[in-house]
Amino acid sequence: MIELEDVGYSYGGGELLSNVSVKLAPGSFHFLTGPSGAGKTTLLKLCYGALTPSSGRVLAFDADMRGLDRDQMALLRRRIGVVHQDCRFLDHLPVADNIALPLVVSGRDMLREAENLRELMSWVGLSARADARPPELSGGERQRAALARAVIMSPDVVLADEPTGNVDWDMSTRLLHLLVELNRMGKTVLIATHDLSLIRAAKSQVQARVLRISNRRLQLAGADL
Amino acid sequence: MNRGTVRSYFIGDAQADRVVPPSGFTAQLTLFAAGAMAFLAVFALALSLASGRLAHRWASELARSATIRISAPQDQLSDQTAVALKILRQTPGVARARALSQKEQADLLSPWFGPGLDLTTLPVPQLIEVTEDETGYDAQGLRLRLAAEVPGAVLDDHTRWRKPLVEAASSLRRLGLISILLIGGAMAAMITLAANAALAANAQVIEVLRLVGARDVYIASAFVRRFTLRALIGAVAGTVLGVAGLLLLPAASDEGGFLTGLGLQGLDWLWPLLIPVLGALVAFGATWAAARRRLKELT
Repeated sequence: MIELEDVGYSYGGGELLSNVSVKLAPGSFHFLTGPSGAGKTTLLKLCYGALTPSSGRVLAFDADMRGLDRDQMALLRRRIGVVHQDCRFLDHLPVADNIALPLVVSGRDMLREAENLRELMSWVGLSARADARPPELSGGERQRAALARAVIMSPDVVLADEPTGNVDWDMSTRLLHLLVELNRMGKTVLIATHDLSLIRAAKSQVQARVLRISNRRLQLAGADL
Repeated sequence: MNRGTVRSYFIGDAQADRVVPPSGFTAQLTLFAAGAMAFLAVFALALSLASGRLAHRWASELARSATIRISAPQDQLSDQTAVALKILRQTPGVARARALSQKEQADLLSPWFGPGLDLTTLPVPQLIEVTEDETGYDAQGLRLRLAAEVPGAVLDDHTRWRKPLVEAASSLRRLGLISILLIGGAMAAMITLAANAALAANAQVIEVLRLVGARDVYIASAFVRRFTLRALIGAVAGTVLGVAGLLLLPAASDEGGFLTGLGLQGLDWLWPLLIPVLGALVAFGATWAAARRRLKELT
């Protein structure tokens, strides 16, 4: 699905990531962990093309991202669902419209998708909050709305950046459960998190691999966390 | 850009329009700027059309005519006039020569002396109106012959004051056209500034749209449609007011001389219809360029 080949990334001054090679196989479930500032978000951004690697190459659906023009990049983003760390909503639109935004911008017929949207809203438990504006939502509701928006286009890959960043444990396990369900439906899932207990909780539900960033390198962590 | 995209601009897409938050105050500024520019453009247009007409009329009418002025003591005036007319009839290239009547001469003088003037009480020279034919006459030869036979006659072939007048009218026309171009440019600049402000204010929105897979065309058109529509509405209002102003100008008349008739005549009235269309096109282009520039900076 997404493949990083010997990828390096440096911000102005120093190198943040180097010699990163990883392959997200279809249907796989990965955690990405590491200390704050290690480059988890950067690695995710490389995966959905928000950043271009300084060296090496990123393949998405067997195409080199460097070779994609702006329109092809937009089409690629429709196939990769992303839950951003800060959610990224349009605050002037109600939650339902925010969740449906990917459908709107890709020109889907909203009348035909209405049922799909309603189902998704109830799956993430936000049916009652459909008309609220994003700033009125609690942390957990925002994260669930972000997850719903990430999957509404039925993408092949779901990338989540600290989806349980500022929600309590109950909500964390609920979000994890939703992501595991998505994986069971065949989606490739990559979750960046520094919460090791979340990873442990997942181990009992799904065959998850753990990738750890340390010293600018990406390592496959052992099964024993 | 294919036909479908162009069509979607004008039909509009209610969903897409909601994606960018409404902008209130700047929208009214764009409307006002477009309206003011269209209003000015109407006058610049009227000025260049009227001065173009004037230059053409002066050039063609005055080029074909000349005047002979005969100054002589009252008792010899009619004799000299008759001789001059005879010479003119014999001159090749003169289509028509006619002595102005007392009444016509009095009319010419009335703007300066007022009506009811009795010319017989004044030593007023006799004027002869000469109209050339296609080939034209030899002005120098005519002058020499008149000097020999009609000592009091002076030929004025109008070139002396025709040229500066035509030049003045032509440069007025040029100034009018330059003004229209400047007005268009100023409007493009204003719309670009407004569009840039709107794009900057909505940077977050644009980024989110890009992240959820919106193509540049989709994002840009949300802004382009708004600004084009505002410019169109503003320009229509400005043009209507400008044309109303032109309708209030006094009609062309002999008394007013060349200062009246600055309005539009006949088919010229169709030209202002172009102003809103051009205004909308300028806004379309300016917003499109601004949006493309801004979007290039995003991944």
